[in-house]
Amino acid sequence: MDTAKEKELLQTHQYWVASFMEDSSLDELDSILSHDIMGYGTTQDEKIFGREAVKNIIEIGRQQRRLFDNYRYDLEIVKKQISKKSDAAVIIAEINVSYSIDRNETLLPLRISTVFYYDEQWKVTHWHGSLGVKTDGDTWHQNEWQCEKERLQKLVDEQTAKLKKSLENLKATQSQLIQSEKMASLGELTAGIAHEIQNPLNFVNNFSEVNTELIEEMQEELKAGNTEEAISISDDIKENQKKINHHGRRADAIVKGMLQHSRNNTSDKEATNINALADEYLRLSYHGLRAKDKSFNAKLETDFDKSLGSVNIVAQDIGRVILNLITNAFYVVKKKKEQQKEGYEPTVSVYTKKKKDTITISVKDNGNGIPLAIKEKIFQPFFTTKPSGEGTGLGLSLSYDIVKAHGGELKVETHEGMGTEFTIILPNTEITKK
Amino acid sequence: MKILVVDDEKDVQLLFQQRFRKEIRTGVLNFVFAFSGEEALDIMKTMEQEAVLILSDINMPGMSGLDLLEKIRKDFEQPPPLVMMVTAYGDEENRNTAKRLGADDFLTKPLDFALLKSKLTTLK
Repeated sequence: MDTAKEKELLQTHQYWVASFMEDSSLDELDSILSHDIMGYGTTQDEKIFGREAVKNIIEIGRQQRRLFDNYRYDLEIVKKQISKKSDAAVIIAEINVSYSIDRNETLLPLRISTVFYYDEQWKVTHWHGSLGVKTDGDTWHQNEWQCEKERLQKLVDEQTAKLKKSLENLKATQSQLIQSEKMASLGELTAGIAHEIQNPLNFVNNFSEVNTELIEEMQEELKAGNTEEAISISDDIKENQKKINHHGRRADAIVKGMLQHSRNNTSDKEATNINALADEYLRLSYHGLRAKDKSFNAKLETDFDKSLGSVNIVAQDIGRVILNLITNAFYVVKKKKEQQKEGYEPTVSVYTKKKKDTITISVKDNGNGIPLAIKEKIFQPFFTTKPSGEGTGLGLSLSYDIVKAHGGELKVETHEGMGTEFTIILPNTEITKK
Repeated sequence: MKILVVDDEKDVQLLFQQRFRKEIRTGVLNFVFAFSGEEALDIMKTMEQEAVLILSDINMPGMSGLDLLEKIRKDFEQPPPLVMMVTAYGDEENRNTAKRLGADDFLTKPLDFALLKSKLTTLK
């Protein structure tokens, strides 16, 4: 007898049995199965033909085993016979399986007889599986096996129902988290908003006061009969009135933007001036941060591509992305400044660029950069490097989704110790030239 | 004396022109406007040997009012211009920094024009 071939046979047999009994690799399975493989089982009168059917029954077994505790099996080869030419073989093996479900232990003796032939390597051409003899000497009957199957099916159904329920819970939690992330970023904005509203409000007050004075002057001029002078003053009043209106609307837009930012529903795309949007959020987040920490100062650099006109986007969503990137940038330069007081100037740059098919908005910081080990994770939901309670870990993940929903990309380039640059790339849907 | 007003809000120019229209008309006050720290420095270079009072906002994109103050104190020694900084309400930190950098006076936003007028006219 060819001992090398025999050794090979035992290896193939072991691989074959393991495919059924363990979660072993199935990479080599095709090569050990005859293309016309047949199998029979007595448990439910199974008839299996072909490689795909074999793989299917292996997969069903694997799924069922996931419900088992303390699963183990041992294999004993009862009989092994190899033809004289070493070109065919039969192996009869007894396999004792034991597992428990809900602490109920089950012993399941199986018998698998396999026929092999040799064609450059050993291949399974036929097998027969049956339930063996129980430890108490009785045999397993078909209905007993059926009960076992039903018990397993019930368990699978219960587990599926539980999973469905927790999936629903997860979905509800997710939308709550998204909302709380929005509210958190709104909190970051509040101080900035207060500052930004203060400026237009000052103009409204000042120009109103000037107009009151001018009207008094105009009345005096009219009483004195100086019509020309009165007309000249009325021109100034008109001009100031326009300014009052302009700054009133500016404050109005900031409040509206704030409300939109916190709103839960998604809006339609609208023509938006990207440069103005980026500039607005840069100011808001800078003042927001400064309101929280007065000692913090950073150099702001902007370079807005003046050829960039209005682009069709959901302004509050892209605004949220820009805000998130800028807030993160300020956070990292602030951290670096705390570590390294001398010779470091925290700098955050925001710039826009128009290309043929795309427009880009970049936010760059000169912080510590993102370590390679976590670079892959930064867009994952709930990933955060901030201490617990400071970040939801959803900012970048939501940003990524928003940019994707616009048909764009959110890219990151980082150099450890040097800084990070995030770039929002959007398809160029420019509608009007500025 | 020329008064150089530095603020990135462009309407500040119109507001000053309206608020001080009588003083401008009678030549009591003479304003020049810059909309960034960089522009302010350029204007300063053209006004060497002149007496100048700079009234600057702090929060400006690019060069901040504090950066401008620092540069002014370094580069314009003869004659040293007077510098008044405009700070946001309650911004003690910037106020202290400005003081350290050599600011001559402070004004708080929103500007009290009556107070500013009295300060500017008594300076003469």
